[in-house]
Amino acid sequence: MAGGPSSSSVPSTPLLKDELDIVIPTIRNLDFLEMWRPFFQPYHLIIVQDGDPSKTIKVPEGFDYELYNRNDINRILGPKASCISFKDSACRCFGYMVSKKKYIYTIDDDCFVSFHLLSASIIFFSVAKDPSGKDINALEQHIKNLLTPSTPFFFNTLYDPFRDGADFVRGYPFSLREGVPTAVSHGLWLNIPDYDAPTQLVKPLERNTRYVDSVLTIPKGTLFPMCGMNLAFNRELIGPAMYFGLMGDGQPIGRYDDMWAGWCTKVICDHLGLGVKTGLPYIWHSKASNPFVNLKKEYNGIFWQEEIIPFFQSATIPKGCNTVQKCYIELSKQVREKLGKVDPYFNKLADAMVTWIESWDELNPLSESANSSANGPVKAK
Amino acid sequence: MSFVVEDNDVDIVIAALWPDLTALFEGWRPIFSRFHIIIIKDYDLEADLHIPPGFDHHIYTKSDIERVVGSTSINFSGHSCRYFGYLISSKKYVVSIDADCLPARDDEGRPIDAISQHIINLKTPATPFFFNTLYDPFREGTDFVRGYPFSLRTGVECVLSCGLWLNAADFDVPTQAVKPHEKNTRYVDAVLTVPLRTFMPVSGINIGFNRHVLGPVMLPAMRLDGEGKQRWGTMDDIWCGMCAKVVCDHLGLGAKTGMPYVWRVGGGNAWESLKKEWKGVKLMEEIVPFFQSVKLPRTVATAEDCVIQIAAMVRGRLGPVDEVFSRAADAMEEWLRIWKRVGSQGR
Repeated sequence: MAGGPSSSSVPSTPLLKDELDIVIPTIRNLDFLEMWRPFFQPYHLIIVQDGDPSKTIKVPEGFDYELYNRNDINRILGPKASCISFKDSACRCFGYMVSKKKYIYTIDDDCFVSFHLLSASIIFFSVAKDPSGKDINALEQHIKNLLTPSTPFFFNTLYDPFRDGADFVRGYPFSLREGVPTAVSHGLWLNIPDYDAPTQLVKPLERNTRYVDSVLTIPKGTLFPMCGMNLAFNRELIGPAMYFGLMGDGQPIGRYDDMWAGWCTKVICDHLGLGVKTGLPYIWHSKASNPFVNLKKEYNGIFWQEEIIPFFQSATIPKGCNTVQKCYIELSKQVREKLGKVDPYFNKLADAMVTWIESWDELNPLSESANSSANGPVKAK
Repeated sequence: MSFVVEDNDVDIVIAALWPDLTALFEGWRPIFSRFHIIIIKDYDLEADLHIPPGFDHHIYTKSDIERVVGSTSINFSGHSCRYFGYLISSKKYVVSIDADCLPARDDEGRPIDAISQHIINLKTPATPFFFNTLYDPFREGTDFVRGYPFSLRTGVECVLSCGLWLNAADFDVPTQAVKPHEKNTRYVDAVLTVPLRTFMPVSGINIGFNRHVLGPVMLPAMRLDGEGKQRWGTMDDIWCGMCAKVVCDHLGLGAKTGMPYVWRVGGGNAWESLKKEWKGVKLMEEIVPFFQSVKLPRTVATAEDCVIQIAAMVRGRLGPVDEVFSRAADAMEEWLRIWKRVGSQGR
């Protein structure tokens, strides 16, 4: 049964400051870190500097960080650096690869601490309070999501049964109440919603003002569009699947990096019996992205996703694939075989997927065995 | 999208398990008073019902049920009496709310119109083929997110709307016994589509559905021995919900969950119920894998035919496990016979 002790004796969420890295891609500046200082300062940051490596990115005082620019990426990966995107925030996945921690939180450099109860008089750098009076701490909520089980095999109508004040409802089989380990925590955004370019063009003024006080497990067999703006994951459980693809400079597509990682990740999580949660926490998204620029980047993606989605919906991974890397290599073969005929880009992408895994294993030599033991036996379903 | 909920579109069905319904009707007056209300009196209730004036309603008793349905093996007592209401209604939409529920209230203390919310859920498309991270994209102020395929944005017809409960949540007996004081205070401002091939426990406490489509499927088949009047002892709704989801998935229709909320009074002593063997817990261990594995032939094209197929599978695969399943299969087939004769007249 979920829950347990009454709320007065529920332990507070561990900080995990030695187990979690925060990965931030940036091309402009890191001023936004000031807003996040109370929440981020205990943690180690991995900053992946995109674009011109000769530019100096100033990191605000007092943060513990490592910074990688393009020169560093080329130096560390050599020819394999070709799998890391250039001039696109997809480059962030390099940060996942070099991290040595168990958990990753990634956020964009134009996101701020969220509000609840929006009104015109609230100035944007106020930290909002949730209905119980507490400040919204996105990182704390992600950690809660990752440290509590997911329930992908049967939908609980009261959403995450492991949240305070919730539980499994009548009819929920007891054998499924233990849940499975949570690999991904997908947060959401208030203010500017994560719309594609056509929707942005049609609804330029729409703002997401609805705070939905819910975390839920995305059921097994269901795909979703994973947004990398406010995302946390268990690197030991699923890290190698979080490849953000080939985007940006020299590529025919952009703004599908996180989508690609999300679809691969969900298929692999479903196969390995791991969970993906979505919902809280919210962050405040104040993006200044140009919908016409976005449309050019997304253009191919809008057509290709009509092929990509059915591909992932029908993708099956053989039982013998019991590590994330094996699952991922298998997926890369299927991408080549089935999506290669949609566009030659997918052959390049399939190659890059293999290069990514090779790079990951090179930089993380013990991770293959760690994955096998962390994942446990493949759940037959 | 803005909606006008037509009075004539909807019947409200209430199962009367106790005689005094004053609190229920007064609590819902601003919301219920424009609709026709079908009240079914539990077989075992002898006292007359107290219903305050000002409501367009009709009360059906055991003798009405016997007159309309004739001799039947289906047991319409207790919480199952409401299925007679589903049968006798002639409307396109039915909303049923347990009699111990009152309207939830918004931040300003105004009662939330659960009926309209169910109808909005049923009149806007569902999106079962791909999960939208901003939940129901047809709600005002939201939309499909980046990465949602355009070909899937039309959605499908929603035929089932499952609402939730503040205060006394719909927990089972063990949970209720261990956490007698736990109240659901979290109002989640969302409606979302239950994805394809995903099952969930559908609670009959606060439910709306398209009767023209799902009428043959919303049936009183799963009845536990010694089932009493406590909600936590029932499984009729859970069973319906599993059948309904199979039908929706097979016919390309949708089911939503989330808002509306009702305020549920609940109550009762779960420890007393725990003393009896609570078979429902064990049965779910069989029920869930069974329904998850049901595959219907492509040629099956109507809800009735779906039910026929499911009943046969229940008899064949679950019947040997426990007699309650054979009885459920019989009840499903019996329901279809009754539905053909009585229920389908309402179209």
